[in-house]
Amino acid sequence: MNTVADKVETTQFAADVSVAEPKDFFALLKPRVMSLVVFTALVGMVLAPGGIDPILGSIAILCIAIGAGASGALNMWYDAEIDAVMTRTRSRPIPSGRVSANAALGFGMVLSFFSVLVLGVLLNWLAAALLAFTIFFYVAIYTVWLKRATPQNIVIGGAAGAFPPVIGWAAVTGSLAIEPLVLFAIIFVWTPPHFWALALFKRDDYERAGIPMMPNVVGDASTRTQILVYSLLMAPIGCLPFVLGFGGLTYGVVSLGLGLGFVALAYRLWKVGDADPEYRAAKKLFAYSIAYLFALFAILLGEHVVSALIPVLA
Amino acid sequence: MADPEDQMETVQLTEQQAKARRSRNIAIGLICGALVVLFYIATWAKFGPAILDRSF
Repeated sequence: MNTVADKVETTQFAADVSVAEPKDFFALLKPRVMSLVVFTALVGMVLAPGGIDPILGSIAILCIAIGAGASGALNMWYDAEIDAVMTRTRSRPIPSGRVSANAALGFGMVLSFFSVLVLGVLLNWLAAALLAFTIFFYVAIYTVWLKRATPQNIVIGGAAGAFPPVIGWAAVTGSLAIEPLVLFAIIFVWTPPHFWALALFKRDDYERAGIPMMPNVVGDASTRTQILVYSLLMAPIGCLPFVLGFGGLTYGVVSLGLGLGFVALAYRLWKVGDADPEYRAAKKLFAYSIAYLFALFAILLGEHVVSALIPVLA
Repeated sequence: MADPEDQMETVQLTEQQAKARRSRNIAIGLICGALVVLFYIATWAKFGPAILDRSF
């Protein structure tokens, strides 16, 4: 049988075809950020009253994770130019040339749409609306607008990272309550000292990229003071789950101790001032802040799981 | 020799491009399969035995 290929002469040439591998698209989802989103959303779900079918619960977590990942991909699409000049981000898939900007945009849009749709159809539309708003807030409000406009960018933008436990709660109950809003508040007030500690020792990166982070705009001294103020605000808010009764005694003791540790490190950072050219105090606070948030949510999760298991085991 | 109007331009993939395309295709296939299983299970979890009720 004669085929087209038999009849025509072919001309072959090297083409600009993508060399992106699946791992590059996975990297667009910001897996490390996604893991924190999954964890905090899981805590929101576990704390919610009434329980949920484990299969539907797993799908809700998957949708929240993919929605968060999609917003990460859209963030990388929009920020590709500034990612290319920052040491921390220049090896990301778009600036390194492995994934085209258009491919990242399409990938992020499709995942955003389907994560919201599936969450709405299989769980409820409040959770889906919150997920859609989180993606919108992170991409349009934070990435496109605030990030380049004001040193308060991560203060307001921090709301996007604080939504996952609220979405987790809403996925189970179809409503909102004080508990998920407290979890929201903890992450919201934790974000400024966490990111400003990073911004202190990555100041040159942000300067090159033209991003108005707090140290670049108001200087290191004022940033250190604001870190201390936010830490003083954050430590008592971190204890609120115990005060309101949905965190147990273990949570109360640990959150108080870790909160005081956070304030102590922020105070040391403030006190050491410019006598720390290597930014050791800022790096220490940054590492501690990650452990702090993880510990608070892990204890809430652990307490709830144990209290649920005790009647079963007894 | 073929008529110039019939001449077809094709691309010559490098080894890296061909390998990347193959791995992307495999990943898309696996994800599509996983989604089929996921939606099948989710349908049972959401509706339970009522999914078999075709009395309407």
